[in-house]
Amino acid sequence: MSTTLLDAAGHLGSAQLPSTESEVWRYSRIAELDLAAFTPTVPHTTVVGAEGLVPRPELSAELVASMPVHDVFDELHAQYAHTVEIHVPAGKVLAEPIVVTHHVSGVGAAVFPRLLIHAGADSEFTVVERFESDPGVVALIVPRLVLHASQAARVSYLGVNLLANTVWQLGHQQATGERDSTTLLATVALGGDYARVRTDVRAVGQGATTKQVALYYADGHQMHDFRTLQDHIAPKTNSDLLFKGAVQDTAKSVYTGLIRIGEDAKGSAAYQTNRNLTLSEGAWAESVPNLDIRTNDVKCSHASTVGPIDDEQRFYLESRGIPPEVAERLVILGFFDDVLAALPVGSLRPELRDRVTEKLLGRVA
Amino acid sequence: MSTLEIKGLVASVAGKQILNGIDLTVRSGEVHAVMGPNGAGKSTLSAVVMGKPGYEVHAGQVLLDGVDLLGMPTWQRAQAGMHLVMQYPSEVPGVDLTEMLAEAYSARGRSTDGLAASVAAEAERIHFPSALLDRSLNVDLSGGEKKRNETLQLALLQPKFAILDELDSGLDIDALRDCSRRVEAATHDSQLGVLAITHYNRLLEELHPDHVHILVKGRIVASGGPDLADQLERDGYEAFTGDEVADEPTSSGSYDDLFAL
Repeated sequence: MSTTLLDAAGHLGSAQLPSTESEVWRYSRIAELDLAAFTPTVPHTTVVGAEGLVPRPELSAELVASMPVHDVFDELHAQYAHTVEIHVPAGKVLAEPIVVTHHVSGVGAAVFPRLLIHAGADSEFTVVERFESDPGVVALIVPRLVLHASQAARVSYLGVNLLANTVWQLGHQQATGERDSTTLLATVALGGDYARVRTDVRAVGQGATTKQVALYYADGHQMHDFRTLQDHIAPKTNSDLLFKGAVQDTAKSVYTGLIRIGEDAKGSAAYQTNRNLTLSEGAWAESVPNLDIRTNDVKCSHASTVGPIDDEQRFYLESRGIPPEVAERLVILGFFDDVLAALPVGSLRPELRDRVTEKLLGRVA
Repeated sequence: MSTLEIKGLVASVAGKQILNGIDLTVRSGEVHAVMGPNGAGKSTLSAVVMGKPGYEVHAGQVLLDGVDLLGMPTWQRAQAGMHLVMQYPSEVPGVDLTEMLAEAYSARGRSTDGLAASVAAEAERIHFPSALLDRSLNVDLSGGEKKRNETLQLALLQPKFAILDELDSGLDIDALRDCSRRVEAATHDSQLGVLAITHYNRLLEELHPDHVHILVKGRIVASGGPDLADQLERDGYEAFTGDEVADEPTSSGSYDDLFAL
């Protein structure tokens, strides 16, 4: 019988799970995770659209070295990672997105996909990473993304969580932008049991722009947990974040975001918006924005809301003869309209909109 | 020929009784103006007839061809032929006009074939800029654009009766004329019956009522022909109430209250 995650962690000398006592895991369901129930497994991963790109082991090593090791999952990751490397050379523009798909199957599987993206100077491309699974499979996926945008590169990433509602996800994304680069990290989370994504962007070069967008929608007993960091290190950097979520039935969501503007990041601008719809009495959403600003001469704003569908909007539509269930569908899809529009791959929008519709039609009355 | 009959309507909002027994009858093709000072119950009347949440009806009926609308949810009232042109139309982010109308048509079993063309034609007729048609409903629209949009919807949905709740508020003279003309045309073309609720005479110079009613303190205190509006213009609301009625929220009375110790 193969080694369980518990055994593996034991060998690493760190069988200790993080605790909700620590701020980083506050509100999480980490205490429910049983490492003994999972076995490290090779993920089924396909890559389309990266033909002709040449591996650059030295760049990959640098990206891996930049990954933080905070907890047992980082250590396990270092041990069991299966890596996809995407190195786009300087000046190269890819018209079509590169699509990486991970399929999780097998009860008790634990997979550790690692996606390394290096964007050469002035390159431009989009990467989509899809997380899928067999229906009803109890499994664990621990994805890591490391993205580096060189000077003036323009990179978009879209992660799509379509996992079964029995799969745990503990994700971490980190992106670094050099001078005048533009980076978009987008996430759509519809699947998972407890699905957590930590997404950090660091603007290290003057004039770097970062954007983070997420659409999340939890139903049944699902829980979506996001932690975001907009880290301004260099002067005249810009960050913008728009996260919109909905919870229904007895589902939960948590958003915790930090804007950090360092002492040298003068002339920077940072915006953060998190909006949540609570669609059932038993559903719960929390939004926790934070600011840490260490210099003057910055523009900064954040907004956060949690609440049910607006009565005025519903009444307006119903007063035109639209039945309540249709009015609610229009309002909910309308709520997500701006995040859908901000996703980097337009051709995926109809599919994602359909999946959102499917979800809201399944709401337990 | 249809009839809208409001009978003995008594209603409250937030525990305060606002309508104290309203009786009004509107027939197809007629234009009735309901005029009243602030706080008379004008907006409450329109909200109660359309079934806005938060209002409580204590007595009375609102009969459309003999069927009581008060027992129906809002969307069924609309499908029965009742329409409300709102004073402050709500913003609905991410939902555009054509998408909303398509659902409103489908819910009525009407075909949506040619809907986009109908919307474009009505927009042109009411001078609603076609560039704004793709916008989210009422988002980033001026007061005048919102009312043109409301009137456009009224024209396309073709109800039997429409309540215009302060259609004239926030409108410049051109928009007021365009909206009024479109409503008037509907009273001729499709025999629309209109209940125009307003504070000022201004609307009535454009939208010519057959009947004028004065609403004060939740009751119709006078009814008559168009000349009643002229009398009101001349004598003010005081002539109909027996006591002084605040014309504007910032009248001397409210200042007195403000500085009373």
